[in-house]
Amino acid sequence: MWHVFSQYTLIFLLLIVIAVPLGKYLYVAFFEKGKIDRFFSPIEAVIYRLSGIRSLEEMTWKSYCTALLIVNAALLGISYGLLRIQHYLPLNGAKVENMEPTLTFNTVVSFMTNTNLQHYSGESGLSILSQMLFVTMMMFTSAATGLTVATALIRALSKKGKTIGNFYQDFVRANVRVLLPLSVIVTILLVAFGVPQTFLARMAVSTLEGGTQTLALGPVASLESIKHLGTNGGGFFGANSSHPFENPHPFTNVIEMLSMWCIPAALPFTYGHAVKNRKQGWVLFATMFVLFVMMLGVVYNAEQSGNPLVGKSGFAADQGNMEGKEVRFGIPLSSLFTAITTAATTGSVNNMHDSLTPIGGLVPLALMMLNNVFGGDGVGFVNIMMYAMIAVFLSGLMVGRTPEFLGRKIEPKEMKLIVIALLLHPLIILAPSAIALMTHMGTEAISNPGFHGISQVVYEYTSSAANNGSGFEGLKDNTAFWNISTGVVMLLGRYVSIIAMLAVAGSLVGKQPVPETIGTFRTDTATFGVILFGTVFIIGALTFFPVLILGPVAEYLTIR
Amino acid sequence: MRNIRLALLMIVLLGLGYPAAMTGLAQLLFPHQAKGSIIYEKGRAIGSELIGQSFQGDSYFHGRPSSIQYDASASGSPNYGPSSKEMMERMEKDAEQWLKKVPGKTKKDIPIDLITNSGSGLDPHISPAAALFQVPMVAKATGLSEQQLTRLVKQHIEGRAMGVFGEPRVNVVRLNMAVQKLVEERSKRNES
Repeated sequence: MWHVFSQYTLIFLLLIVIAVPLGKYLYVAFFEKGKIDRFFSPIEAVIYRLSGIRSLEEMTWKSYCTALLIVNAALLGISYGLLRIQHYLPLNGAKVENMEPTLTFNTVVSFMTNTNLQHYSGESGLSILSQMLFVTMMMFTSAATGLTVATALIRALSKKGKTIGNFYQDFVRANVRVLLPLSVIVTILLVAFGVPQTFLARMAVSTLEGGTQTLALGPVASLESIKHLGTNGGGFFGANSSHPFENPHPFTNVIEMLSMWCIPAALPFTYGHAVKNRKQGWVLFATMFVLFVMMLGVVYNAEQSGNPLVGKSGFAADQGNMEGKEVRFGIPLSSLFTAITTAATTGSVNNMHDSLTPIGGLVPLALMMLNNVFGGDGVGFVNIMMYAMIAVFLSGLMVGRTPEFLGRKIEPKEMKLIVIALLLHPLIILAPSAIALMTHMGTEAISNPGFHGISQVVYEYTSSAANNGSGFEGLKDNTAFWNISTGVVMLLGRYVSIIAMLAVAGSLVGKQPVPETIGTFRTDTATFGVILFGTVFIIGALTFFPVLILGPVAEYLTIR
Repeated sequence: MRNIRLALLMIVLLGLGYPAAMTGLAQLLFPHQAKGSIIYEKGRAIGSELIGQSFQGDSYFHGRPSSIQYDASASGSPNYGPSSKEMMERMEKDAEQWLKKVPGKTKKDIPIDLITNSGSGLDPHISPAAALFQVPMVAKATGLSEQQLTRLVKQHIEGRAMGVFGEPRVNVVRLNMAVQKLVEERSKRNES
């Protein structure tokens, strides 16, 4: 018990030690003129010149949003072409074929939306060139896109006017000032602890017992670093971060966990700096952290207690549920990884979520359903802000005052936009799950029949809607039905809420600030933290409790 | 147009420049790790210290069950759910094998990692308990004494990193290399 506690406490402390200064750095990188500006500006100037971007004037929310969508569409289109002809391109040591059209659609959408749901297996589905030009590149650009949305919203809350920033500037800065330098550091650390970084795709060795073994290799570390820093989650190999080449050591495991956690955890502090009230950031961080620790406790406890069926057959199940887990991580580091990867909607896995115990598997599912406990780079922050505005609105209704957030009135226009984003999330999970469970195209994919099969289907759409990308991977999901349906869910899950929240930003920035009075409901207090916690918890439970009963809870009751 | 140019530029910078630069730097700083931590014996590549291998004979310590038989050109697990019948059947079958190979033990004594599939199917490690459990089998097949093998296992236990992170474990390929060495030394002694 002691080593679990000390392990977790140390990692939490490391997170805070990294996230607080990183929050300040993000503030300086995006919002302040200063030393950093002088260092990076010449590099960025080259990028602007080469791409023909002449004006860095601030944009209205509509032109900001349009630029975002067009750049994303361009990346999507080029990537689609690339995967369809990868067989003929260089750096294809494993002789990988061109990707099939519906799988290509799913894959490019998956990476552009920061989801990284993978219906292919990295070893056999992508050439080394595709792993670099497409996967690694998309991991930067999709995370940068998410960061621009958070930047725009923070800017809207910290100034007054009509504009919310320049998309190109935010996008380039996110890549050049944040993601690229961090990735270089993390890549080198990962290589030092054993992650390969080579252009060689295959290597044959003769084993101790006299057989031969073919090792799949590649530029793994450079992908692995941005995969986590960008909360992407798509593995170089099929087994993702459980693969010893992606995650060979407890240290690499800690580095990967902190990498995917640090930017979502830093953004509340960035926001605190921007609105000149650092307590605002701490309240958001603390609320999310409490939710996180609760969830972690549940998954750890369930996994450590083991699978009841295994115990009933006479095995020593109290050693924990090790099916789908690696010995070097054991139960504690596997449970923590599972909680972080679904909280930060990364979707990389260091153990197989399909093989989690029923209640253990309920936790990643629930975290993706909430979709706001830290969340992905940028978008996670935007989601928790959305809930913060709902919390303010509900509190306003209860005391009968017009709700205000940082001196800006939250009015029906904003609430309508927020409710669209809020309701879409359960809709694009539950409706396609129902369709899949009613048709052969859906049910034929289920590999673990019974209640667990329901969980498999719901998990797939929840992961798509939350742009997470992990899976109950037993699901045979590389079919036209699954490729197209999850592709559409990923697109809706990503862009509808981005558009809605940019519109909210555009609306808030134009409001006349209301002076703070003694009657103002403060959003930088523990009371607000509790209300926010309640809002997240109640909305989440009301929406998703029934389907959780049908899947994981029913399975738990049948095998306990 | 500028959008497409920006997209192309990002592809070149982040998709080509960055991984290429990282490969160069990694190969320079940590060539062994960057190439896949390959173990060479008498100039021959015999595996990676990070990737498990399939061991069938009783004279070797065995790794964990792998649905892909440690084929490292692929990776993954069968993804059995907790209520899966196939998983329980596999566990029973493996347990039966183990109880035959290691007499005098019951199902409760089998370390759980020896009868569960790892996530990657390539797990290079087993728990110290799982290695000690196999000592009688390897002793019988190699003729090495149980004390000797127990000592060898204990020498090969990697503790928690910094005493905190991860779990204690034994690298199966490394352990089997040591076993092989002992066997070879003994046969040399016998010859001379």
